[in-house]
Amino acid sequence: MAGKMGWAAGAAFGMALVAAGPVEAKTIKVSPGEEGAAERLQEALIVAQPGDVVEMGAGTFTLVDGLSLDVANVTLRGAGAAEGGTVLDFSGQQGAGEGLLVTSDDVLLTDFAVINTRGDGIKSKGADRIVYYKLRVEWTGGPKETNGAYGIYPVESQDVLVDSVLVRGASDAGIYVGQSRNIIVRDSIAMENVAGIEIENSFSADVRDNLVTKNTGGILVFDLPSLPQQGGHSVRVFSNLVLGNMTPNFAPKGNIVASVPTGTGVLVMANRHVEIFDNVIEDHGTANVMIVGYRYEHKDPKYQPLPLQILVRDNLHGRAGFAPAMPGGAELAAAAGGSLPPVLWDGAGDAVVLDKVGALTLGLADLSKPQSAASPAPVDLSGGTVPPALPEIVLPASMEAKVR
Amino acid sequence: MMRRAAVLLCMASCLALMGGVAARGGDEGAASVEAARADAIAAPALPTKLSAFALFAGNDPARPRASLRYTLRTPLFSDYAHKDRFAVLPPGQRAQIAANGTIEWPVGTILVKSFGWPDHKDGHPVETRLLIHRSDGWLALPYIWDADGRDATLALGGRRIDVRFTAPDGTAHAIRYGVPNKNQCKECHSLNGTVVPIGPKAANFVAMADAAALSAWFDNPAALAPTMPRWDQPGDGSVADRARAYLDVNCAHCHNPAGSASNSGLFLRWTDPVNVNYGIEKRPTAAGRGSGGMDFAIAPGDPDRSFLLYRLDHLEAGIAMPEVGRSTVHVEGSALLREWIAQMPPSGQGGAR
Repeated sequence: MAGKMGWAAGAAFGMALVAAGPVEAKTIKVSPGEEGAAERLQEALIVAQPGDVVEMGAGTFTLVDGLSLDVANVTLRGAGAAEGGTVLDFSGQQGAGEGLLVTSDDVLLTDFAVINTRGDGIKSKGADRIVYYKLRVEWTGGPKETNGAYGIYPVESQDVLVDSVLVRGASDAGIYVGQSRNIIVRDSIAMENVAGIEIENSFSADVRDNLVTKNTGGILVFDLPSLPQQGGHSVRVFSNLVLGNMTPNFAPKGNIVASVPTGTGVLVMANRHVEIFDNVIEDHGTANVMIVGYRYEHKDPKYQPLPLQILVRDNLHGRAGFAPAMPGGAELAAAAGGSLPPVLWDGAGDAVVLDKVGALTLGLADLSKPQSAASPAPVDLSGGTVPPALPEIVLPASMEAKVR
Repeated sequence: MMRRAAVLLCMASCLALMGGVAARGGDEGAASVEAARADAIAAPALPTKLSAFALFAGNDPARPRASLRYTLRTPLFSDYAHKDRFAVLPPGQRAQIAANGTIEWPVGTILVKSFGWPDHKDGHPVETRLLIHRSDGWLALPYIWDADGRDATLALGGRRIDVRFTAPDGTAHAIRYGVPNKNQCKECHSLNGTVVPIGPKAANFVAMADAAALSAWFDNPAALAPTMPRWDQPGDGSVADRARAYLDVNCAHCHNPAGSASNSGLFLRWTDPVNVNYGIEKRPTAAGRGSGGMDFAIAPGDPDRSFLLYRLDHLEAGIAMPEVGRSTVHVEGSALLREWIAQMPPSGQGGAR
C-alpha cells in the first residue's frame, strides 16, 4: 500500500469529486515517499467524503503548511505512532497556527505522530465526538520556550476522547481541553510539558489512568475569565500516576501556565466541584495538590474566581514541598521547618481534604490580597461537607467503538 | 505587457473602462456564456479550470465579462497584493442589502477576486479565488494561473508560490506566497461553521458603477452607504476609528463569537465595544509564544507591551496573526495600530469609544 496512491487520491488531480450524493465509503491512501506527498495529503483530506478513511503510509511527511480536515465522520489513520510508523514533520513549517486542524464532527485520528509544529500540534475546534487515539505529539528538542503551545488541543466541542496518546515538550499544555463538555482523557502519557494535562473552562471531564511526569505541573483544572464558556465544573481526576513534575517552567511569560510553580502535582484554580482521588502523587517540590483562586485583576462580572466544592481523597502521597517555587516559597518552607506539606490551599473558596497528609493554608480568603500577604498555617480540611459524588463520564457508543 | 498590467491593476484605468463593463447584458453571446456559467456552478464535480466559469473575455483576467466591479474602503492585507474584485449575478437577478449591512447575493452569484503585483509576472494575477453561491450554500475555491497565463487550475490543496515584488515603501520582497487551500478559505469565511462572503458589506463596499448602473445590480442601491473609514485616509476618521476599521477587516472574520477564533474571546468587529474582549488588558488565552512574553493583547499607552502588535509584526507560524494569508509584515497597518495604542490613556479606560 505504501508507495502507491489510491484511486480516490488520484481523482483529486483530475476532477475533484464533491457532494455527488451518498457513495460507498472508501479508503484514500497517501504515501509519504511520493512527489508532492504533502499537497496530496491535504487534497485527500478535502475530497474525502463522510465515512471515508484517509490512510497514510509509513514514513515521514515533510510539511511546510498546516493540514486541515473539515469533513465529518472521516478517519485519518497512519501506520503507527512509534518508530517505523507515520510521522508528520513540521520542522520547516511556514504557515498556520497548528499542524493539523479538525473542524468537523465524528472524526477519528489514530496511529500517527506529529512533530515539531511551530504552533499547536493537533487542534480540533467545534469538532463534536472527536477521538484522539494512539497518537504521538512531540517536540523532539526537549522542553523549550520556542516549542508550540498545546500538543493535543480540542476546544469548543461536545464529547471528546483522548486515549493512549503521548505528548512531550509542549510549552503550554501537553493535552489541553478547553471550553468543551463531556470529556475523557485516559491511558495517556504527558511528559516534559509545562502542564501535562489541562482541563480549562470545561464542564464534565474524567482524567484517569494517565502517567503524568516530568512536567512543570502535572494535571491542571482551571477556569479563566473573559472567555465565551466559563464556570468550569464537574471534573474528576483519578487513578493517575502523577510523578516528579519538576521541569523548570519554560512557558512564554504572560500565559497563565507561566505562573505554575515548578514541582506541582495537581493544581485546581477557580472551578466548582472537582474530585481528586485514587492517584499516586509524589516528588513535587512545591505541592502534590494545590487549590487556589484566580488572583489576577479582571473585569468580568460573570466570572466566578473561587475554587468551590473541591474534594481530595484516597490519594497516595510521596515526597512533596521540599522546594516550593511560588513567590515567597523558600521563606514559607523555612518558617514551616524546612519543607511544606503535600497539600497547599490559598485559603479562598472551600475544599475538603480527606488524605491523611498535612495541609497548609496561606490564609488568603480575599482574592484581592497578593500572595505576599500570606499568613500561612497548618489546616485540617477534613471537616467540610463532602460534595455528592460526580457520575462517571459516558461517551456516545460510536466513540468507544472506534477504540475497541 | 506593461500596458496590460496597468489596465489590470490600476484602479483609475478600471474606472475608465467601467462604463462599458458595468452595464448588464449586451455582451456578445451573453446567453451562451450565462448557460455555461450556470452549468459550471451547478456541476457536482468542481471544474478543474477557471475558464469553465466564462468569467473573462478571451479568458484574459484583465477583461471581465459583464460584471459588477467593486473595491473596498478598507481591504484585507494580503502581502501587498493588488486585488481585482467583481461579482457576476445570474441573469435578471439582483442583490439586496439587508438592514444589518450584509449584502445578500442571489443563488448563482460568483464573487471573483484576483491577486497580483504590478511588478510580478508583468502584473498578471497569480491566483483567482471564487466564492460561488450554490443552492446548498457558498463554496470557496482557489484557482492558480497556469505558467502560460491562459487559464487557471483548481488548487484544492493550496500551494506556496515564489513571488518577488516591491512594496509601496520601496522595500523589495521575495516571499513564499501562500495560496490558501479550500479549508483555509473556509477558516476565514466561516460563520457558525458555514461559508459566507466577508469583504463586501454595505459599510465597506464601493461599487465601481454610477447610480443608474447600480440599480441593475441591487434592489435597494441607496442602502449602500459606505460608513467605515478608509484605514489609510486621515481625513476619513480618527486614528482610533481607522484602527478599528483595520481590525474589523483584517481580524474580525475570525475574531467574532461565531468565527474561527471564537474560543479566544477576542472580538474585533467594527461594532464591538472596546473593552477587555477587544483586547484591552486582555491576558493571553491560547497564544503560546504569540504572547511574546507580554501580559496583554493591548496594553493601553504601551504598544511595545501589546502582543497584538507583536503578532502582526512577526511572520513565524505559531506567532504570526492572521494565521493564514500573510507572509509579509504590513508595515503601514502595524504603524496605524501602534499609533492608536500609544494614544490610549494608560488607565485602560481610554480605549472606550
